[in-house]
Amino acid sequence: MAHELHEPPLLPEVRSDRQVTEDICRPLERRPGGAWWLAFVAAATALAIGVVCVTYQILTGIGTWGLNRTVGWAFDITNFVFWVGIGHAGTLISAVLLLARQRWRTSINRSAEAMTIFAVICAGLFPLIHMGRPWLFYWVFPYPNQRGPLWVNFRSPLLWDVFAIGTYFTISLVFWYIGLIPDLATVRDRARGLRRRIFAILSFGWDGRARSWHRHEMVSLILAGLATPLVVSVHSVVSTDFATAVLPGWHTTVFPPYFVVGAVFSGFAMVLTLMLIARRTVHLEAYITMRHIHAMCKVLVFTSSIVGLAYATELFVAWYSNNPYEQFAFTNRLFGPMGWGFWIMVACNVVAPQLLWFRRVRWNLAAVFGISLLVNVGMWFERFVIIVTALHRDYLPSAWTSYRPTLIEIGTLLGSFGLFFTCFLLFCRFLPMVAISEIKAVAAEESSHSETAPARAEESRAA
Amino acid sequence: MTAMAKRYHLAIFPGAAAFLQAARECRARGLDLREAWTPFPVHGLDELLGIRRSRLPWVTLVAGALGAAGGLAFQYWASAEDYPLDVGGKPWDSFLAFVPVTFEMLVLLGGLASAAAFLLRSRLWPGRKEVLPDPAVSDDAFALLLEAGAAWTDEEIHALLRRHGAREIRIECRP
Repeated sequence: MAHELHEPPLLPEVRSDRQVTEDICRPLERRPGGAWWLAFVAAATALAIGVVCVTYQILTGIGTWGLNRTVGWAFDITNFVFWVGIGHAGTLISAVLLLARQRWRTSINRSAEAMTIFAVICAGLFPLIHMGRPWLFYWVFPYPNQRGPLWVNFRSPLLWDVFAIGTYFTISLVFWYIGLIPDLATVRDRARGLRRRIFAILSFGWDGRARSWHRHEMVSLILAGLATPLVVSVHSVVSTDFATAVLPGWHTTVFPPYFVVGAVFSGFAMVLTLMLIARRTVHLEAYITMRHIHAMCKVLVFTSSIVGLAYATELFVAWYSNNPYEQFAFTNRLFGPMGWGFWIMVACNVVAPQLLWFRRVRWNLAAVFGISLLVNVGMWFERFVIIVTALHRDYLPSAWTSYRPTLIEIGTLLGSFGLFFTCFLLFCRFLPMVAISEIKAVAAEESSHSETAPARAEESRAA
Repeated sequence: MTAMAKRYHLAIFPGAAAFLQAARECRARGLDLREAWTPFPVHGLDELLGIRRSRLPWVTLVAGALGAAGGLAFQYWASAEDYPLDVGGKPWDSFLAFVPVTFEMLVLLGGLASAAAFLLRSRLWPGRKEVLPDPAVSDDAFALLLEAGAAWTDEEIHALLRRHGAREIRIECRP
């Protein structure tokens, strides 16, 4: 007889639907603890520093940055690509894993989608500030104007970015909110007074009728189907900002897949960082179990290996092309004055995650947390290395120069982290950070497949 | 009550398994299941209630096609007809360069139209007042609405529902 593969239950500690509602609504209905306040004050302080820096540089001009005529992009675009990349894991978890019927996603999809939205907001700020005159931002849209009308240049990857990021943000927000509606109704039905009125408006009058659920599942599937190619398109388009230029080190066809995988890699590292913090501070250990952490670790080690392959491919092609400019760009990247950036990137992105092959490392939450932070750092450096080491020494040696960020640029980067974490902490406090209805559905499906089904049914009958 | 109002039986169940078993037996015995309210999508319920497959994908298809066609046409018109700009000697009708924006418009319009169709069709919008058969249907209660046929007495229906663990049964008259 064939052996049946018995998977252990995903949520062994989940006993009843009532318990799920209670556990996930608890952080919303109680006063936040000391850990939350500590994190919030730190994040809000970083945000305040960022606001001061951005205000100063808008009042003064982009000359407050360390950019020069050779290095025209540095921190700003590095941060932009970094934050867009972070967002990609949210879409991957909510859309791709939904289509692939990976049920473990239900515990983390809500917060990963929220992370996507906040990360895209952070990303969008950088091109906006870089415009120098951010109050004219609407010039990037093709609208009828009195200059001709002079339309935007549809052949430019920078314009594709506007459409890709704009669509990505809109669809992610809609997808996230539609998923939230039933859970907002759950919060509404437990609340009283003003709180109830607010959630009544936010939940759009959701009543959980079978027909509504049927359409809800259908629209989730449609949005997932649309978001899957969308997420691939977004970072591919971002990569063409570089790949369509003629600069050695940028002008490579491997960029779109390389960027997409890098985005998923960095995003999963950020999800892991946030989930490890959240499950401790908000006490969601029953929902974000070791199995979830293991699954994310495996994604991390897999994508890390692909990223390593991409780095190797770039180096190989530079050598194999026999193009002296291409070869110089990579020699300079590895051993030039900014070579340290390359080695930080390799150590953090390719070497450190390989430790996750070991089961003992995956069980060690401190080690997993450390590796996730290293990947965040490494992926920021990846974008910095691509942008700055390619720019600072290109075709014309007389134009070679170096780049050093100013305090304003560092403050702005810090501010973007402040914005991201402030938004995320407010989200944890005011909205259900785990999808209540989806968890119940997974738990019901598990109990109907296992031998404990009658026991569980009895239990809920008694309740 | 008007003469048109019909009598319905509303049963509240405390668990998904009991609820689904009750719904199955009611259906098998020829009772007319009219509506159900649940805290999460219960699989197998759609067939019992006779819910036909949603036509939302058609909205996505039409809106997506319109988005893509409109996006491509506008780019061509703006770049080649209305104000031709020479960018690096590229041809006016450089369609390859128009692919990304065309695709994004497909996704944007298709997604927004599907979401809007879902909300309108399910009658969900800010300020709409919810009508719940039981305050716990968003927590752990499952509600089933049956139409009483002539072949059944109230006692028989209620006994069947109780046997499956219904914690509350009401008779409702609805138009």
